[in-house]
Amino acid sequence: MTTLQFKVRNHRREVELFLLLLFLGIAKLALFIVENATGFVIPTSGYIQIAILVSVIVGHFFIRAVASSADPFIYPIAVFLNLLGIVMIHRLDIADHIRSQSSGAKVSIEAPSQSTWLILGVAAFGVILILLRDHRQLQRYTFTAMVAGLVLLLLPLIPGLGATVNGARLWIRIGSQSFQPAEFAKIVLPIFFAGYLARNRASMAAIKNRWLGIGIPRARELGPIALAWMLSILVLISQRDLGTSLLFFGLFVGLLYMATGQRTWLVLGALLFSVGATVAYFLFSHVRLRTTVWLDPFAYSSDEGYQLVQALYGFASGGIFGRGFGQGYSWLVPYAKSDFILASFGEELGYAGLVAITLLYVFLVQRALRIALATRDDFGQLLSTGIGLVLGLQIFVVFGGVTRLIPLTGLTTPFLAAGGSALISNWIMIALLLRISHTSALLNAPSGDAQ
Amino acid sequence: MNHQIRRIAGLLTAVMLLLIGNLSLTQVFQADELRLHQDNTRLLLEEYGRERGSILVGDKPVARSVKTGGTLAYERQYVDGEMYAPATGFYSLVYGATGLERIYNALLSGRDDRLAVDRLQQLLAGREARGGVVTLTLNAKMQKVAFNAMAGRAGSVVALDPATGEILTLVSTPSYDPTTLSINQPASVRKAYEALLADPKEPMMNRPLTKTLPPGSTFKLVVAAAALASGKYSADTLIPGPATIKLPNSTKRLGNWQGTACSPSGKVTLRRALEVSCNTAFAWLGMQLGADAISAQAEKFGFNQSFTTPLVSASSVFPAGLDDAQTAMSSIGQFDVRATTLQMAMVTSAITNNGVLMKPFLVKDIRTSELGLLESTSPINLGQAQDPAQSKALLDMMRSVVTDGTASSGLVKGVLVGAKTGTAETGTTALPHAWFVATATYQGRSIVVAVVVENGGGETEVSGNRIAGPIAAKVIKAAFL
Repeated sequence: MTTLQFKVRNHRREVELFLLLLFLGIAKLALFIVENATGFVIPTSGYIQIAILVSVIVGHFFIRAVASSADPFIYPIAVFLNLLGIVMIHRLDIADHIRSQSSGAKVSIEAPSQSTWLILGVAAFGVILILLRDHRQLQRYTFTAMVAGLVLLLLPLIPGLGATVNGARLWIRIGSQSFQPAEFAKIVLPIFFAGYLARNRASMAAIKNRWLGIGIPRARELGPIALAWMLSILVLISQRDLGTSLLFFGLFVGLLYMATGQRTWLVLGALLFSVGATVAYFLFSHVRLRTTVWLDPFAYSSDEGYQLVQALYGFASGGIFGRGFGQGYSWLVPYAKSDFILASFGEELGYAGLVAITLLYVFLVQRALRIALATRDDFGQLLSTGIGLVLGLQIFVVFGGVTRLIPLTGLTTPFLAAGGSALISNWIMIALLLRISHTSALLNAPSGDAQ
Repeated sequence: MNHQIRRIAGLLTAVMLLLIGNLSLTQVFQADELRLHQDNTRLLLEEYGRERGSILVGDKPVARSVKTGGTLAYERQYVDGEMYAPATGFYSLVYGATGLERIYNALLSGRDDRLAVDRLQQLLAGREARGGVVTLTLNAKMQKVAFNAMAGRAGSVVALDPATGEILTLVSTPSYDPTTLSINQPASVRKAYEALLADPKEPMMNRPLTKTLPPGSTFKLVVAAAALASGKYSADTLIPGPATIKLPNSTKRLGNWQGTACSPSGKVTLRRALEVSCNTAFAWLGMQLGADAISAQAEKFGFNQSFTTPLVSASSVFPAGLDDAQTAMSSIGQFDVRATTLQMAMVTSAITNNGVLMKPFLVKDIRTSELGLLESTSPINLGQAQDPAQSKALLDMMRSVVTDGTASSGLVKGVLVGAKTGTAETGTTALPHAWFVATATYQGRSIVVAVVVENGGGETEVSGNRIAGPIAAKVIKAAFL
């Protein structure tokens, strides 16, 4: 038994190291291409590269030490996406820098700070892996997670602490530092939902009355979903952010469906969300504006629709194979480094590049769900699915927004977009996934079902 | 719960595929439409983000792109812009490109397929992509002298190398500075363009290539060539040259500019008729030869067709269906005969080049940004416009027009010059156009020059000699001395 386990473990980590080195090589190549194309090197970037290299390699050996049987694909993919994001941010920094030389405008150079956040993210990842030796420990903190989630979501509303950025009140500011607490709600709320549903799934699944093939839940069973809905509406109203509210509500409904196996919850969730969105449409002018711009961005191409239209032009300019890394005009799109980083990739790496990036995300989400399948405890299953949903829904909402599939809302592109809070939170999610994966592999191994 | 997990996995994958599908609309199927969207600035940025190639005269750029440090990385600027505007044209943010800037846009901007290897080298060497280079056939010294000699009067100067067809001088006055239309400030460009458009002197017109005027007495060269070609006349054949000649089926009489007969006897040799620009003699000769013969000779010299230099010239016209009176008038370059300055230079060039007409061209070669030769223009023989012996005879006659006739101002010490003057009635009260075509040979090399000063003044044949002749003489001097 131990020999089998030993074999399995070794094999997985070798795959991981191989992928990691491969991705590091590609990222280095991308950096070389960008600096060559722009003819520009920011002098400090050498140290940063070494620091990144050291920390991600250390991260890998950390996994060997404390989660040796964990999934081998997740860590390298997360590192790769993160590095690609940094290279793109670096490329946009260069563009900003070049333009600032003529205009004299002050520019924000974000690649070094994003690199620092990557290193901190990997550190947080390591810390979580050390502190959390078994994911089932987290179930004990279900109630704490709920409170923490609520606090995090409502924190920006506290006067003097909260800050409004681009119409959404998602930020808190302490001194010169600001961060988005909702990013951390993306970790604690899946823990709460998973813990709650793992405990109550039996009673919630018991829907007896049916009408047109759809179960009609009793009032008592309606409680939790109604609560989650009201919470998401509250987020929507208070923070004026459709994306975040959609993400959390979608997460809850998805997990509720998973826990109960009742499609009723999906239908009801969709209905409730439509009602909420319609109300928001009539209640809030900025939601209305987003929708009008979505329907015909070109009519607003010089004001409210400018960003979206520029992004679409960027995608078109990229075409199938892109302009080449470092050779487009991706800096024309406002927030090219953060909210619209996918447009930057679309312009410079083209449709081919974006499809590849999307497939990386698909793969990441699929690995999360595979972990869920391989896990034996309800909580672990629900939590890893929850993390997969958080990642997947974010991609859909952001990507759909910048490509005009759905109205634009404010969510971050996991790992790629510039932003510290999101990166730390994403790395913690990766740590949770690997922890669940490792635990379940250990539990499964004796029965000969390691894969 | 595994069933539900699989469902969720499927759902999330489906949603991602939806993204990819939707993206293909934007990036693949609607991409061209989006790229050409009117408020899409990317095309512009791209065009102005690369260093556009220069247009060279000799090895000096007359059009070049200069780094701005602004949002548009480069700006087009012209050196001696007014002088070279008829060749270069402009390259405007607002009004697009004209002239060679338009014709060679793909090459200058670097998009030309012939630059593929160059682009690859630039990419591999990590150099910024630059456009190709166009070198003109123009001679900087002659161009400058000709432009200055025009002194702002409306008109044009063309000089050709008769052996190859290279355009050595291409001046159009009054001119404009293309830089004012090519700078990166749309408002200022609009203002400059509107002002140029409103100017009654039409400074943006490419006169030497596109403005056709009655060629006046310079057309007598064509009639003389037709006479020699008929075999019935030589330089020494005596023809009538009375003070006036009656036009058939008309009450009008055609007279000499001198007001007298061209010789005391009333008869002159063909040579003498050309020397003194004898209207009656050429009107008579024209009627003898017939419109068809003159037309055939004119077409051999390039009339009734346009030329791609690659700037396209207007067709010069020798009209069809003339009666005798009209033939007589046409034989002295009046009635409906029209010629560009280029055309009359071509007539002179064939006479100089043993009767062989060469296709005029303005672009010597095109090169990569590193000045590697891509394509060099080969001279094109357009055919024998005249028998070589006859062209020699006519050339000799032109030389005596300078030494013994009306074109005395074409005399340049040490250079063998032949010429023909012209004073073309405009048919209105406006002053006639002064023409002067010249051929000059020095140390075995020849050039031809054609000058037009529009409404140059003077009622008589001397105006061509007095007004246009000195300009031609200066250009000849600039070419050789």
